[in-house]
Amino acid sequence: MPSKSQFLWMYETMEKARYYEDTIAVAYMEGKQPKFDIGAGPLPGEMHLAAGQEPCAAGVCVHLRADDTVTATHRPHHAAIAKGVDLKKMTAEIFGKKTGLAGGRGGHMHLLDPAVNFACSGIIAQGAGPAVGAALAAKLRGTDAVAVSYVGDGAANQGGFHEALNLASLWKLPVIFVIEDNSWGISVPKAKSTAIKDNSLRAAGYAMPGFHIADNDTLKLFDVAGEAVARARTGGGPTLIEVETYRYYGHFQGDPETYRPKGEVAALKAKDPIARFRKTMIETKVATAAEADAALARAKAEVDEAFAFARAAAYPAPEEALAHVFA
Amino acid sequence: MSSNRIMTVSRAMSEAIAQEMRADPNVFVMGEDVGAYGGIFGATSGLLGEFGESRVRDTPISETAFIGAGVGAAMAGMRPIVELMFVDFFGVCMDAIYNLAAKNVYFSGGNCKVPMVIMTGTGGGYSDAGQHSQTLHATFAHLPGLKVVAPSNAYDAKGLMTTAIRDDGPVMFMFHKGLQGLAWMASPEGAATELPEESYVLPFGQAKIVRPGKDVTIVAISMMVHHAMEAAKALEKEGVDAEVIDLRTLVPLDRKTVIQSVKKTGRLIVVDEDYKSYGLTSEIIASVVEENPAYLKSPPRRLAVPDVPIPYSRPMEQYILPDAVDIAAAVRATLGKKAA
Ligand SMILES: Cc1ncc(C[n+]2csc(CCOP(=O)(O)OP(=O)(O)O)c2C)c(N)n1
Repeated sequence: MPSKSQFLWMYETMEKARYYEDTIAVAYMEGKQPKFDIGAGPLPGEMHLAAGQEPCAAGVCVHLRADDTVTATHRPHHAAIAKGVDLKKMTAEIFGKKTGLAGGRGGHMHLLDPAVNFACSGIIAQGAGPAVGAALAAKLRGTDAVAVSYVGDGAANQGGFHEALNLASLWKLPVIFVIEDNSWGISVPKAKSTAIKDNSLRAAGYAMPGFHIADNDTLKLFDVAGEAVARARTGGGPTLIEVETYRYYGHFQGDPETYRPKGEVAALKAKDPIARFRKTMIETKVATAAEADAALARAKAEVDEAFAFARAAAYPAPEEALAHVFA
Repeated sequence: MSSNRIMTVSRAMSEAIAQEMRADPNVFVMGEDVGAYGGIFGATSGLLGEFGESRVRDTPISETAFIGAGVGAAMAGMRPIVELMFVDFFGVCMDAIYNLAAKNVYFSGGNCKVPMVIMTGTGGGYSDAGQHSQTLHATFAHLPGLKVVAPSNAYDAKGLMTTAIRDDGPVMFMFHKGLQGLAWMASPEGAATELPEESYVLPFGQAKIVRPGKDVTIVAISMMVHHAMEAAKALEKEGVDAEVIDLRTLVPLDRKTVIQSVKKTGRLIVVDEDYKSYGLTSEIIASVVEENPAYLKSPPRRLAVPDVPIPYSRPMEQYILPDAVDIAAAVRATLGKKAA
């Protein structure tokens, strides 16, 4: 069981991630009405939101330190927040501002924060290799740092993912592979993309432990991830964890979602993982409702502050596009 | 037969595919989200309803496997049309493209065919950042064995797609997202055109003079044709008569039309949305200079992305992408004229 501070940290982190995505969802539509144009408004380009997937971030990253590495997917905000990426700089980056993590060069799919060893990639499954590399570096240097690589259930069919699993296991590297199984890859349901029902079984093919977490359960994930991180830190090698999670928004904002069964999202929201987590936390008397409310208020204030910071920031000068191509 | 149907590029593509699927049972489509979604950029819309899941196949996100499978199916006598959603994703499946699709005809001494179309979305301008906004024409045009097509409008898209499907070798069909006429992305006016209902082919390797002129030749492809036309319109008011050439295919490349035009105008601007170095722009200029440098009355100019990844933030992205203002300025510079 998590300690009180872990409980509260996970709760606050999930609320922060949720509020962050819900805030972006509203801001994203600015300038895109009445006619939706993906390139218009303060948040142009594709936007992939992770509302519903917060347990995957909080339940794993609660076990991590700043010197551990996380590589996230094209849907990176919840993981970035849980890993401790500077929220103001991250938000400024997503707004394309000069004060962003990369001065507005990368945007929402390419958040890189070396201060906390966080990176993501818009190319499916391409975080797996770098996570293996970070783990290899830790091993070679004799530190007990670990790496976590997030992929979606769709990305779990990429060759690069499987090659990374094999390499991590072969070299007994401290990597935790986390599959965020929201059962969709854009419009294609998992059943139509994946020959196996339960991706965690694939771990056997690479001689590593595999775990399946049902129903977006933060506490179960906390336990399994805790063991996996401890195993990795002590030389026990990699673990594959698959989390059944929920995607509340479309694949990207503006996705017409005509492929999605009616009522699916409502049914998922009825068993929202954060609400369940909060209920458990209060019912088991780990924390009081007042403590939870205070955490929620803190989370919202931090997000609001980050958005205010990002909105107030200046855009980069056009010529700044030419900088930083080479180190 | 004139039909007065104004159609988008995405519609033109799906219509060409549907007509070829009706005509030839060997033609089929596969790729990510090509089924119920109709392709993220609309290139396969409506096909699932008519042809069903067996011939319009949603694939896993496994480009190495399904593009490789396209090669195998093509060599087995099928005519697969495979969508690589964004050209930027080629990295995970390039071997299937350039070592298999592109080379197997050669490796068989011409004894085997690889009649496959790889269609893929190119281009930026809407802040999708460095992994989803590249154009990469030259990457594929550089590799022997691949024909490379990049239409600028619906009429050309339909005819070139039909030709691509009927071609016995692999064809890269590079369509610009911003020309597709999607509900969620602005598209220039000229991209949607009148579209004949009947099937027709457009030969590869035949550029089109989209605006005849006598003072300067502007060579462009895909989205840049529209910017070039806009620039030509602006220049017209300044008394400059620009000739605009739409290359339509990069491989085969219609050097002849370009050279003839430069012979007439004496001045050359080449525009591409791809990276500047080692690209289409230098290829065109080299072709002219190789033929006869004396055709040029002033140094030729190239406009392309200045060898930086496509930045996310709008001011930076707009700065690095060539547009009508840049083209007009280049023309003026070439003519030794002051800015208007
Ligand atoms: C190599 C590659 N192929 C295709 C894509 C396009 N694409 C982006 S996200 C996505 C679906 C991903 O599904 P999943 O891995 O399950 O993650 P989710 O979006 O559900 O979080 C696809 C096909 C890509 N970015 N990279």
